[in-house]
Order: sequence, then structure tokens, then C-alpha cells
Amino acid sequence: MTVDPRRPPVVEITDLHFAYRGQPVFTGARAVIPAGAFVSIVGPNGGGKTTLLRLVLGLLRPDRGQVRLFGESPRRGRARVGYMPQHAHVDPQFPVTVTDVVLMGRLRPGRLAGPYRRDDREIVRSALQEAEALDLEGRPFSALSGGQRQRVLIARALACRPELLLLDEPTASLDPSVQDDLFELLHRLNERMTVVLVSHDVSSVSRHVDSILCVSQGIDEHPASEISGALAGLFPGSSGLSLVHHDHHHHPHHHEQGGGPGGRP
Amino acid sequence: MTGFITALAEHAFLRQAVLAGLLASVACGIVGTYVVTRRITVIAGSLAHTVLGGMGAAYYLRAAQGWQWLHPLHGAVAAALLGAGLIGLVRARSREREDTVISALWAVGMAVGVFFLFKTPGYKADLITYLFGNIVMVDPVALRLLIGLDLVILLLVLVFYNPLLAVCFDEEFARLRGVRVGWLYTLLLMLIALTIVTLVYVVGIVMVIALVTLPASVAGLFVRRLWPTMVLAAALSSVLTVAGLGISYGADLPAGATIVLLTGLVYATAQLAAGLGRRRP
Repeated sequence: MTVDPRRPPVVEITDLHFAYRGQPVFTGARAVIPAGAFVSIVGPNGGGKTTLLRLVLGLLRPDRGQVRLFGESPRRGRARVGYMPQHAHVDPQFPVTVTDVVLMGRLRPGRLAGPYRRDDREIVRSALQEAEALDLEGRPFSALSGGQRQRVLIARALACRPELLLLDEPTASLDPSVQDDLFELLHRLNERMTVVLVSHDVSSVSRHVDSILCVSQGIDEHPASEISGALAGLFPGSSGLSLVHHDHHHHPHHHEQGGGPGGRP
Repeated sequence: MTGFITALAEHAFLRQAVLAGLLASVACGIVGTYVVTRRITVIAGSLAHTVLGGMGAAYYLRAAQGWQWLHPLHGAVAAALLGAGLIGLVRARSREREDTVISALWAVGMAVGVFFLFKTPGYKADLITYLFGNIVMVDPVALRLLIGLDLVILLLVLVFYNPLLAVCFDEEFARLRGVRVGWLYTLLLMLIALTIVTLVYVVGIVMVIALVTLPASVAGLFVRRLWPTMVLAAALSSVLTVAGLGISYGADLPAGATIVLLTGLVYATAQLAAGLGRRRP
């Protein structure tokens, strides 16, 4: 799926102000994620990536400004989101099967109590197939490897039939070859849905995504081809940055709190 | 053991005791599985001690105020639900204070119970009964209440099995899917509270936690899905309760303590065997 400027943006953030325990995280940040995009949100740990994600999903409310998801409030719009948490977020010893986990993606308002239906089970199978995890069907979740667990959690997100796939640190603790497989899968999914992933590792994602949102005391937007030396200041000690040298665009306001070049010339 | 079986045929109070043990086992197998997998043992402990407050108050009102219709188990249900509601509310409002409230309920519930039992005129053996259990004290009123509690627990778990599983496994995802997580969590706490009430006569408030957690924990070693864990835990708990009762009857030991010791022994053995099995694959 290519970015379609005629369709309304999937995520639209305007004048976002948010403070966590008195510490400002966003002060007037802006960002737009167009429909069909393949975007990575990057930034150092503690830089506000998770906070941004939680704001987009309506799990936190902005102090000021607006977050729109599919043009609606996040609480309404999130029904159209397939969310994959960091896999460390779930208890690997929990007594569930792969199918049990993916079925959770079929929960929705009005369909919470009582058993799942047959069409739910069919959607679960096709989601597992899409995530290339159909062979894991029925296996205990506790018996899976990290990469397999990731696939199952992606399948769960796909079982929501999402228009936006939102993944939190999907590459964390995966070997490089497994990471490549994962990006191949995400590329294929991007053919029919918007894909946004959060990563602390700009070097491993910048090769794969179309554009990058930098979150560090604000939000900055870059085409992925343009990851520049200016970023190095944001990620001190991030060795991977030397891999990308497309330094032809300087962002003068890069370090300004809450600055975003989105609307600037 | 044959002595116990002939005694069962002879004495109605023993049959009632066995029935009470089985009813409690069903509840603690089902709900204990949630407690263990969700890792909220401490909340179960706190709710158990809160129950004493309600039992003490009901006991006092019955003896000192002449409220003959009020059974101590009614007070237990009220206190348990109140405690569960409070913890649920605090969790929804301010996450940081949850553990303090749990501790406060633990101690204050206990204190209220002791206070009322002390103020009740007459013979005070009941405090010991509530603390350490006395399964042969089960009366028909209590049995009917236990049946009712089991039915409520079974029905609620059947209806809300899927969202409860989702909340226990990944609360955040459940919330994003439109599950009212706060309500579901409070419902779970109330199920725990009711389960504790079913166990009060069997093992007593102080030892409730053993039957809530240990059978489910042992069952978890053998099965890898939630509902089979519940079934196995309920079966295991039934066997342990009846066996403990039989042993204590034959050897003239306190039933509650015997049941808990037996359960602890099975738990330790199972964990040890599982640990050895892991080391030598």
C-alpha cells in the first residue's frame, strides 16, 4: 500500500502537550501518519516513545492539544487498531495455547461475554497463516521461542482485522535473521494496512521503513532515506547511525523541545 | 480409612463435612487458578482476613442484638464483597496505593472481627473455629449457602471466561479491545472473595490461602491451559480435602491443619519432582 494523500491520515497529532509526573514529555508536538504509511517511531529509552503510543491508543490523555486516530478520538478509533505489545509484557508461563491468545483479538464491544463463534475461529486461523504461525496452532504459549511468541502476538493483532498495525519494539531481543523475516512480513502486511512500529534501534529499522518519527522531548519527522547526522545528537552512543549518511537536510529546530518540522518549510 | 467410611454412613455431620469440602474444592479449583496465574495471592490473603470482620460482626449482631436470621457466613459474604470492591476501586483510581489498601484490609478486617467476637456475650470458641476452620461445624444453612456460592461462581466464570482470560493474560490489550477491565478485575476479586467464604469452615481464615493457591499451582505443572488447570485443581483439592478429613477423623487431629499439611506435602513433592524432571531432561 502506498501512501494515499487523499485518504484522511491515520494518526494526527496537533499541539500535543503532555507531562509525566511534572516532567514535560511533549510541549506542542505535531505529527501526521498518512494512511498506508510504513513508519517507525524511534528514540532513546525514556524519550517518550511509549508515552506517545499510549496517547495514540487513548490509554493516556493529553494535557493539551489533540490526538486523532482515524479522525476520531483515540478511544473510538482504537477499535480499528491491531496492537502488539512488547513480548516481555506478557507472562510467558501463562497457561494458554496459541489459539487462546489469538482469539483474544476477536474480543470487541458487544461480543465480550459467552463463547467465541465459528467465524472468530476462522479469522484466527487466517491471522495465524498470515503471520506464518499456523504451525503453532494449539501449542502451549509457554513452549514457544521469543520469535514465535512475537508472531503469535502479531497474529492476535491481525485477528482484530485492523487498518493500523501498531507494534511496540517488535525487533527487541530477536537475532538479525529473525528480524529480517519479521520486516519481510511487515512489508507484506503494509500492502493493505498502515504499519507503525516503535523501536529504540534506529539503525535496524531505518533500512526497512518509509519514514521515521523521532521522539525525544518532542516529535520530529524524517523520510527514512534522510537519516542524518543531526540524529546522532539525539542518540548519543548509538553506533548504528554511522551506517546511514544522507546528510543533506539540516533540521535547525531539531533539539528544540516540542519542535516538529512537520509544518515548517 | 475404612473406619472413616463406616463413620460416614453413620454420621450425617460427617457427610455434611465431606460435602462442604467438595463444594469448597470446586470454587477454589476454578478461582484459585486465576489467583495463581494472575499472581495475586496477597490479595487473596487480605480478603481472607477481611472476612473475619464480617463474620465477627454478624456473630455479634446475632448473639447480642438477637438478629437470629443472620448467619456468620452472611457477614462473611458481605465483608468479602466489600473488601473486593474497595481493592477494585482503589486499583482503578490510583494504582500506587493498592498494596497499602491490601495490607490495611488485612489487619483492620481481622481487628474488627476480634473486636466483635470479644464484645459478644457468652462462649467464645467460635473465634478459633473461624481462624482455623472446623469442617464438622457446617450446618444446613451454611451448606445451602455454599451451594449457592458455587453456582454463582460457576455461572460467572462460564459467562465471562473469555474476557477474564484476556484481562489476566494482557490487561492492556483487553482494554484496547473494549473490555471494561476495571469491572472485570473487580468481578475477579469478588469471585476470589466468595471462594474464600466457601473455605472458611473447611480450613479457616488463616489457612485459606493454602487451598486457594496450592492445588492450582500443582495442576499448572501438568496442564498448559486455563480451564483444564481449573478442573484438575478442583479434583486435586477434592481428594486432598476428603483425605485430610479422613486422616484427621481417624487420628483425632484438627481437620483444617491436616488438610493444609497434606496439601503442602503434595505441593512440595510435585514442585520437587518437576524441578528434578527439568534438570534431567
